[in-house]
Amino acid sequence: MGFSNFFAFVKKESLHIIRDTRTMLIVMCIPILLMVLFGFAISTEVNNVNVAVVAPNRTDGVEEAVDKMARNNYFSFIGYIDNSEIDKYLRSGKVGAVVVFDKDFDRYLAHSLNGIPVKPIIQIIVDASNVNTAGSATLYLQNVLLDKASQQMLFETRLLFNPQMKSAYNFVPGIMGLVFILVCAMMTSVSIVREKEVGTMEVLLVSPVRPFKIIFAKMIPYFLISCIVLILILLLARYLLDVPMSGGVGGIFLLSLLYLVLSLSLGLLISTIAETQVAALLISAMVMMMPILMLSGMLFPIENLPTFFQVVSNIVPARWYIDAIRKMMIQGLSLLDVWKNCLILAGMTLMLIVVSLKKFNDKLE
Amino acid sequence: MEAIVIDNLSKSYGKVKALDNVSFSVRNGELFGLIGPDGAGKTTLFRLLTTLLTPDSGSAKVAGWDVVDDYLAIRSCVGYMPGTFSLYQDLTVEENLNFFAALFGASVRDSYELVEPIYKQIEPFKNRRAGKLSGGMKQKLALSCALIHRPKVLFLDEPTTGVDAVSRSEFWSMLADLKQRGITILVSTPYMDEASLCDRIALCNEGRLLGLDSPHQLVASFQSPLWAIRAKNMYALLEVARRFEGVTECYPFGEFHHLVVTDAFDAEKFARQMNRCDDFVMCEAHPTIEDLFIKLMKR
Amino acid sequence: MNEVVISVRNLTKCFGNFTAVNNISFDVLRGEIFGFLGANGAGKTTAMRMLCGLSFPTSGSGSVAGFDVMKEGEQIKQHIGYMSQRFSLYNDLTVGENIQLFAGIYNLSKAQTEQRSCQLLERLNFSSERNTLVGALPLGWKQKLSFAIANIHEPKVVFLDEPTGGVDPLTRRQFWELIYETAEKGTTIFVTTHYMDEAEYCSRVSIMVDGEVRALDTPRNLKREFAAESMDEVFRVIARGAKRCD
Repeated sequence: MGFSNFFAFVKKESLHIIRDTRTMLIVMCIPILLMVLFGFAISTEVNNVNVAVVAPNRTDGVEEAVDKMARNNYFSFIGYIDNSEIDKYLRSGKVGAVVVFDKDFDRYLAHSLNGIPVKPIIQIIVDASNVNTAGSATLYLQNVLLDKASQQMLFETRLLFNPQMKSAYNFVPGIMGLVFILVCAMMTSVSIVREKEVGTMEVLLVSPVRPFKIIFAKMIPYFLISCIVLILILLLARYLLDVPMSGGVGGIFLLSLLYLVLSLSLGLLISTIAETQVAALLISAMVMMMPILMLSGMLFPIENLPTFFQVVSNIVPARWYIDAIRKMMIQGLSLLDVWKNCLILAGMTLMLIVVSLKKFNDKLE
Repeated sequence: MEAIVIDNLSKSYGKVKALDNVSFSVRNGELFGLIGPDGAGKTTLFRLLTTLLTPDSGSAKVAGWDVVDDYLAIRSCVGYMPGTFSLYQDLTVEENLNFFAALFGASVRDSYELVEPIYKQIEPFKNRRAGKLSGGMKQKLALSCALIHRPKVLFLDEPTTGVDAVSRSEFWSMLADLKQRGITILVSTPYMDEASLCDRIALCNEGRLLGLDSPHQLVASFQSPLWAIRAKNMYALLEVARRFEGVTECYPFGEFHHLVVTDAFDAEKFARQMNRCDDFVMCEAHPTIEDLFIKLMKR
Repeated sequence: MNEVVISVRNLTKCFGNFTAVNNISFDVLRGEIFGFLGANGAGKTTAMRMLCGLSFPTSGSGSVAGFDVMKEGEQIKQHIGYMSQRFSLYNDLTVGENIQLFAGIYNLSKAQTEQRSCQLLERLNFSSERNTLVGALPLGWKQKLSFAIANIHEPKVVFLDEPTGGVDPLTRRQFWELIYETAEKGTTIFVTTHYMDEAEYCSRVSIMVDGEVRALDTPRNLKREFAAESMDEVFRVIARGAKRCD
């Protein structure tokens, strides 16, 4: 016994994976597809928003602001319209936003620059049928229309790190959080459950090999595949989507490895619960994916969730991972700065391994 | 010494009693058959003996080890072929064999001489994926894999189900061969006609043993007179024969009907009366395991 | 009684350059229990699919229940019954629901459905089980029930695929009795199996090897011809030289 049969297991497991080229391809393509999809197609980025302007007095200040906006790549200025036409333009979809200047725009702008409190002087009316785009468009418009000095006084909001609100930055950590669960948890659980279903597990159990060996041998090839996927994602993120990764790639990689192990253990746990491959797939898809999509901060900021779900989100590993990766990729923090997340993830991993090893019976009941 | 000792073993799944107080033992080097239909508890018994399940009550020993306390010891000295084909379909014949050897820390070279008579037949296809083999060849590969670590006791759960008659007879002759080499074999089958190929058999149904002995002795225990009858219209014959005095049982049996009778049965009178049926034929029949099984089930 | 219900002439089915069924011809009469035997991969399943209207022959001709296997596959399906050991009834429906489902599939009227399901349940002594889930029935009962349901539209031919595998000998006898009874009423029973003891019960059997019908006669005559004690022996002699396996 010892290492030779462990190696035989790893070899057998690798053969399964290599022989099943279709699944392999899917596993490799899903991350690329998701990256491209979220990076380009599904974006909350403001891109080429048509903007009309309502200005009772076309003063120098107004013209200057409009000019600044028109020169910006993200907005197309389509012309001045009348107050009464706002609704018509927005409804017909000709414009995505209308900027309404106060008739005393110049005067109030001067006041505000001198530190005298003023009422709002610009109204932004946005087509909010797409909430995400609307939100970003509003913020970005504010940013563009008024220069920094006046902005500081007129708006509370400031856009740091990602001033253009590029959604790719936002989504890359989310995709990573999702993909590794998909690849690791789903594939390991399905491959273990397949052996139960086909009946080979019966033969494996009636052998002197201890269950933890069977399990770790299964994890190794999937871990390696996941590493390849990880490298692929990081390359795509860096060179295709221009994610800065200012916190250092090493830290991101290390944290991701931890997350991989966590996902594998999760797969293991699923395999101890599920009796059929279909059940394993459903559990990993529904029970794993939904919380990741909804509660991890990938799509919706956690702060916006109802309190109950905010509490629940604490047990979603992806939440901690995505949060940490976001901080490292975009904010430029280092691995040490996100130690709390690392600790939580490590703790979760340990717990999952212990629980699933306990649950992974060497009997059939 | 006894290779398997089973003592009052019971196992239930929820309310269903899969195995109900079963006791018997299998001698060293014996080819022992467990014969019964689906739901007789054969698979449950195999899983208990191979330590995949824990008994609710009772105890059992395999190769001298207790199935509960020494289950790890049992696992390294038994070979097990479950009812479903349980090899890796996406691995080749050779890869499967190597894997199962490594699983038990054995090497193919050391045990080759034991599996050779069987493996030789599929060796020409050693680079073929196991999933692409015919039913008979799959069985041979599965048997080779179950033997590769030179087990003392071999458990074969319905190895011949779904296999055609030619492969089935080949399989049984391989078992006879293994028995010659001193391996104890416990084999289950739903086919009564395979009973005669075993040294001893246990007839089981719904978790209980109906009888246990050598096939020969069991058949001899049938005792009641048995007739075989045939006519052109088999269905009508069945109905008429059942109403006749002294007939306890009349049931279809291949091209005949079997007639189980009491001493009150007057064969000549019966023949005279039945001669009105077209092509009526009547002769004394030798009971088979199947006749006995039916009799024991009715009791 | 001599009405021909299944007639097959030179039936051939090729997949690419592999001839699965090679030029087979035979007739099956009304009320016969016809055993269609063969080793794994001999072409049994392919031949039976053609007879059930599930696939079209490459060449040759045949008729089942009066319909052409070349052109009238749909009509054939309406006029035959089918029961396989692997699938026949829905375990998560009750006995009554299963009956209604299959009655519906074969377009029986409401009155017919009611009448036949009562008849059927009575014949099987199942009347009290009408609302039991099929999954909760013992295997033997399930098989009897599914045979009865395959007959619900009173087809001319019923195809049975390994009908009694794994059943205890007693239930098995009851099953054959049911088959005898049905055949007696004029239904043709077409049994495919590779268990030779099932073959013993048939009025005539054919044995396929490598896509061809190698033997066709009553079990009695075949056993005499091959000087064999059982059909199992007959089969082994005939199939021993098979080149093909699945």
